[in-house]
Amino acid sequence: MDDLSQLTPKPPRDRSDLQLICNMVAEGSKVLDVGCGDGSLLKMLADRKNVAARGVELSQAGVNRCVAQGLSVVQGDADTDLETYPNKSFDYVIMSHTIQATDRPKTVLSEMLRIGRHAIVSFPNFAHWLVRYQIALKGHMPLSENLPIPWYETPNVHFCSIKDFRGLADEVGATVEQEIAFDGEGRQLAGWRGGTLANLMAERAVFLLSK
Amino acid sequence: MHKPSKSDPIADAGSLPCDYVHFGDDTPLKLDSGMELAPLTLAYQTYGTLNANKTNAIMVCHALTGDQFCAGTHPITGKPGWWEMLIGPGKPVDTDKYFVICSNVIGGCMGTTGPTSLNPVTDKPYGHALPVVTIADMVRAQVMLIDHLEIPDLFCVMGGSMGGMQVLDWAAKYTDRVFSAMPIATATKHSAQNIAFHEVGRQAVLADPNWHGGDYTEHQTSPHKGLAVARMAAHITYLSEAALHRKFGRNLQDRDAVTFGFDADFQVESYLRYQGSTFVDRFDANSYLYLTRAMDYFDLAADFGGQTINAFAETKTRFCIVSFTSDWLFPTSENRQIVRALNGAAADVSFVEIETDKGHDSFLLDVPELFETVTGFLNSAARQRGLTG
Repeated sequence: MDDLSQLTPKPPRDRSDLQLICNMVAEGSKVLDVGCGDGSLLKMLADRKNVAARGVELSQAGVNRCVAQGLSVVQGDADTDLETYPNKSFDYVIMSHTIQATDRPKTVLSEMLRIGRHAIVSFPNFAHWLVRYQIALKGHMPLSENLPIPWYETPNVHFCSIKDFRGLADEVGATVEQEIAFDGEGRQLAGWRGGTLANLMAERAVFLLSK
Repeated sequence: MHKPSKSDPIADAGSLPCDYVHFGDDTPLKLDSGMELAPLTLAYQTYGTLNANKTNAIMVCHALTGDQFCAGTHPITGKPGWWEMLIGPGKPVDTDKYFVICSNVIGGCMGTTGPTSLNPVTDKPYGHALPVVTIADMVRAQVMLIDHLEIPDLFCVMGGSMGGMQVLDWAAKYTDRVFSAMPIATATKHSAQNIAFHEVGRQAVLADPNWHGGDYTEHQTSPHKGLAVARMAAHITYLSEAALHRKFGRNLQDRDAVTFGFDADFQVESYLRYQGSTFVDRFDANSYLYLTRAMDYFDLAADFGGQTINAFAETKTRFCIVSFTSDWLFPTSENRQIVRALNGAAADVSFVEIETDKGHDSFLLDVPELFETVTGFLNSAARQRGLTG
């Protein structure tokens, strides 16, 4: 039961994005966390924001952990199971550090915006300077605290940069309501929204979208 | 409460150490078939104490060959009740906290009205004169029971397999009276393959010369051989290839070499024969026909315009669905259909698929992940219900 190594994808050590996501969610709302892992975010949202918390998780260990804690979580796959939910059945549909591990991020994002009034997505920024440095000068795929798994084992099959994600949001017709870029320690890079500098300096980002 | 007269050759129904409730001709049970069943006796067992607000009652629904003795020691077999590992003081279904009700289903043979009960018209056992009953009919009888017990609504309804079908029927048709529901290893309808297996079992019973058109009691006999074969075939479907291999492999039974005959050379044969022979001592052949038929007829969507999602529209019940990886009788895909319908209805639902090689019977066995899931789900529902202690 304690083996959470099969959680997909393996979460980074620093989960300051969870706090940022928590701040974006309105009190008492209805939330679906897709790829909810061991339920940390759902628990935080239930405790601090009194939300009706639901989750989807691929791994049995994660689901069991969640249900044993009393969270409403179903075992399922973001790529195939979001279609079972009706339109606008949640206030927020959240994917934290998961979208890059899906087979079809565009479909998944469209589905999130269909079933939720808002979508919140956090992801690692593949255009961070350290990533660029490791590829451009060292000549290998990036490895960092934020991206700790080597290329041959990583579940992250669809990396993107902050700039790429803005493009995807635009392509699916979403409105970016809020965008927060932050570094490895979870420090927000204030005032850099929309600029190219965030795309270079931020290790991760959280987007609040609507459609 | 009325004690029914002795009418059951399998179990002396009137003397079982459980409670009975008797409904007379003025309150018939209206059956799906259009017929009415009266008088009606329900045999049930309770564990724990109903709290003052009547908010802690759990209805446990038994499977095909189960009965009302779900916890403690079974008074007839002397073995642990079928969910003894799950239900009791300090257990996942904690009887220090909850009031557990388990009733023998109608059509059964452990004290509730069934084929072995006396037909008031003929003053003989019903046999095949009993109207065919359905899962919905079983649940209607359970509703009459909680009305009789003056329990407005249930904290939880739970059960596996045929018990899970009853849970789904409860949640779909009496959602206001079901705070939470745990259907385990079940489906919204019985599959063609499952109907096929049941038909094999029924034909084995019907082919036994001692069946006598269902009037075997009159002939002071019983189709034991046919029923044993039915049980053997069914038992295989409750296990898995991996579990059979792990338990028996091709090991021989008390011998060093095959005998070039049709004796039980293999351990697995001996095991199945034993399962068949012990089953006939505790189960009535006609009941087996009626209850397998009830499962075959189950199709929840059929009662809701062909759409399972309609069965759960506006539901406020909290659900937890559990399936087992090696269950090929009610596979995960069937259980997932329930989850899909509940998602479609925007219901509060959890779904856990537990990895085990123990097959369909996993819900009755020592599977720690099941116990953790039940504990977690009930604790959380209890908090939402405001139950303490």
